Formats: sequence, C-alpha cells, structure tokens
Amino acid sequence: MISTSSPLLVVEDLRVAFPGRDGGMLEAVRGVSFTLGRERLGIVGESGSGKSQTGRAILGLTAPEGLVKAKRLEFSGVDLLNCPPKQRRALRGGRIAMVLQDPKFSLNPVMTIGAQIVETLRAHTRVSAGEAKKRALAALESVRIDNPERVYKLYPHEVSGGMGQRAMIAMMLIADPDILIADEPTSALDVTVQLQVLAILDALVSERGMGLILVSHDLRLVSSFCDRILVMYAGRVVEELAAGGLANAQHPYTRGLMACLPQLGASTHPLATLERRPEWAL
Amino acid sequence: MGAMTADTALGLDVSRLRVSFDGFVAVADTSFHVAPGTSFGIVGESGSGKSTVLRAICGLAPRQSGTVRLLGGADSHAPGSKAFRRRVQMVFQDPYGSLHPRQTVDRLLAEPLAIHGIKDAETRIERALDEVGLGTGFRFRYPHQLSGGQRQRIAIARALILEPQILLLDEPTSALDASVQAEVLNLLEDLRRRRNLTFIMVSHDLAVVTHICERLMVMQRGRTVELLASSDLIAGRVADPYTLSLMRASAGFRRGAKAA
Repeated sequence: MISTSSPLLVVEDLRVAFPGRDGGMLEAVRGVSFTLGRERLGIVGESGSGKSQTGRAILGLTAPEGLVKAKRLEFSGVDLLNCPPKQRRALRGGRIAMVLQDPKFSLNPVMTIGAQIVETLRAHTRVSAGEAKKRALAALESVRIDNPERVYKLYPHEVSGGMGQRAMIAMMLIADPDILIADEPTSALDVTVQLQVLAILDALVSERGMGLILVSHDLRLVSSFCDRILVMYAGRVVEELAAGGLANAQHPYTRGLMACLPQLGASTHPLATLERRPEWAL
Repeated sequence: MGAMTADTALGLDVSRLRVSFDGFVAVADTSFHVAPGTSFGIVGESGSGKSTVLRAICGLAPRQSGTVRLLGGADSHAPGSKAFRRRVQMVFQDPYGSLHPRQTVDRLLAEPLAIHGIKDAETRIERALDEVGLGTGFRFRYPHQLSGGQRQRIAIARALILEPQILLLDEPTSALDASVQAEVLNLLEDLRRRRNLTFIMVSHDLAVVTHICERLMVMQRGRTVELLASSDLIAGRVADPYTLSLMRASAGFRRGAKAA
C-alpha cells in the first residue's frame, strides 16, 4: 500500500523444516513469499501455522536442527541466507529487531532493565558508558515510561507485564532498526495495556519509518492495526488482505476464523466451528 | 442418584467475601448472587482478584471473612468440604498445567471417583468421555498425546464426572486457539443445557463472558466495580467508566484514539 520504492525485505519461497521422529523432515513453513516496505504487516494464524517460524527464520533464530531454505531472503540488498555469520549477527538486533511474547521469560531476570538496554546498544554501536546510559533513558522515555530513572534500576520481576513489554520494545529500538518483528507482543498483557503497547509501536513505526511485522493469533486485533495482513494455515499463506478488508475475506479458513469468535452483541448460539478441510493444507 | 441430582440445580450466594494474603487484600468484601441454573461471569484484568474469588468459593484460597452458601439444596455445606466439592467443581485455565503429565486419562478421571467412593467408575469414565466428545479411544492416552483443546475437554470431563451442579470455570478457553475456543464454548453451553448446570465463569474477554453468561460482575483491584446483565453491557448501559474502558479496549485498536 504505502510502501515506498524498493522493499526493505524480500521473502520468496521461504521453507523451514525440522527433523521428525521417523527420520524425515517436517516442513513447518512451506513456501511463504512476501515483501515488506515501511509499513505494518500482520501475520495471523493459529498455533502450528508457521507464523512464528517465519519471523524467526528472517532473523536467523531458527533452532539449530531446523533447515531454512528460500529462493530469496533479502534485507535491503543483503542475502540473509548466504551472508557471513558476522554480518548476520550485526544485522540481528542492529537493523532487524524482535520483540517477543512474554516479558517475564524474555528479559534477563538477573540484570537490571537499564543494564540490558545498555548491553544491546553497546553490542551494536561504540558509545561511552555515559552516553549509553543517556540513550537508554531516552529509549525508556520514548516508550512512555513515566519515570525512566527509576525503571532503569529495576529488575524485570519488579515491573508489571506492560512495563516489561515496554522495556523490551525500548531495548529493541535502541539500535534504531529498520525492521521490527513483534511476535505476539501483546498477548500476555491485559486488554487496556495491550492497546497502550500497540499505540507505542504504532507511533514508533510512523515516526521512524520502520517496517513492522506483527505476528499474532488475534485476527481482529491485527486487522484493526496493520496495513496488510497475511493469513497463514499449515505453513502457507492462504490469503492476503488489505487493512479493514476482513469483511471481504475470500478464503474459507479466514472466514471460518472470523465466524468462530464470539462477538459483543451478536448472539450466535452455538458458535460456528471451523471445519478444517484437507485441501487447505495442500 | 445421578439422575436425581442432575435435575435439581443449585445456586450460590457469596456475601461480603474477603481474601487477603499477608495483609494484601486480594478480594475486598465482594457479594453476588447466582440463581440456580444460571450463568454468571466475572471480568477484570490481571490482579483484579477474579480468579481468587473462584478459588475462595471452592476453598483453595483462605476466606478471611464473608460467607459462601449453596442455594436450592436442602442442606448447606461448608465450602471446601467433601460434600461441597461433590457439588461444586472447577475447570482451570491452563490445560497444559492442570493435568498430571504422568497419568493416563483413565487414571485422571478415576481419581475424583475414588476420592468420593463412587463405585461404577467404568461406566462413568466412558460416559464422561462421550459427553465431552472424545470417545473411549482417548481413555489410555497421556496428556502429552493430546492437543490443547482435547486436554481442556479432559479437564471438563474430570470436573463433570462427579455430576456436580455448579461448575467454576477459570478462563477455560484463554489458552486455546480461536477455533478450538469456539468448540469448547459450544461444549460448555451444551452441557449446561443438558445437565441444568450453574456456571460461574472468569474471563478477561468480554465477548466470551457475554456469550456464555446472563449476568456478570466487573472487578478491579479486588473490588466490585459493577454488577450488570450481559444485555445491558451489550447495549452499552454501563454505569462505571472502568467498564466502559474495558469495552472500548475489547473493540480493538483505533488509530488516533487516546489510549486509556
């Protein structure tokens, strides 16, 4: 939609496979293709659809036994699959960053929040300790934490879920990435906090002109937030939808997913259930 | 006995319930009334005390003061007592955590029967599995051989096997995919109709609660914010600004809208 000129990220025929118990390979992602500009892209699917593995493969965080293949996996001209590990490391966290689901498990429990942000920054840029702290505080402020000085010194267990998630976003943004991959960034949070975190992500994307990939199981939330949505089922993209185009969804899986959600005010008893047809997984 | 108890629905009356942990008041003087055969929802955010209310009802959390009374039965039983547990059963949030990983489904379902000294275990287990739509083929499987939805069905079967009249549901679908959630919600509604059950359901999802329950209570920081009918909530007839902000939040993200 609003993607300008050349895309930031090109993914073509991405496949991720894991060894199965019978010695064969099990494909979790089976030929996913998309391009990402400076926009908000949503990837929606249920558990096992391959949405998280898609995000992880882009970052190079697939588990070591997994096999990643693609015709093209390019980030602003760099071939991600064949570049030297050192370059990949520099990109990861530096120009492509990731926000994970649950701040309780993804922050280091024995390091203060401030120290973790500084560590990220100094891994990617050469800055003095004083400068690093200043930038960490600014980052905390940019995710609307009221008292950054105080939060800087706290340990993850001392803050609420919403605060922890904001700290993680601050950490991911400190190196000023071009792409942010957010894997279920709000599903561990309360609804009202969810919206605050999304509003922060939204502002950061538009202010900094980042590309955002929002991976989520929540079709309604994603459709209210993203410019474009990919619906995944059994490792494939079954449908691509424009913002607000949920009502015009064509694929029976997308329509089924919409129908089985209870809605405030619409009383459908019993709820429609999803009939998974084998041909969708072909 | 089974057929007899199934027909007489029980209700529940909670009056000035107070739960505190080391001086922290988790539930502050909450009162509500659930008529026999109806369904009552409790909504709130994490830390609002909604799960603690359920746990206090069935005796898993200590009551500091207040009363929990069964309605409609001939005699009242103390919360947490064996006779009370026979009538009031609970389904927990996370089916990955609430089933013993090294026990088969058969053993999981046999345990409540053994505790309550019920003889016809064989037929009851088969019937319970049938009722939750799994069939006897699942009887000798371990939890890790089941999907999340199937596990939650087992948890529901375990609660139902004693033929209770009241089911306490603590976020029964929040760990499940949307399509599986629909199946489990349909199952719960179907069971309630067939068995004339009374539900008390805790959830953070307003749409789920209004789908299942006729009346609901909104909680915030251990206090009751509002008690209202689901139809009132749907129509937007709410009195408290907190309830309104929850409603707005559940409608999804709106660009430019001020975050609460």
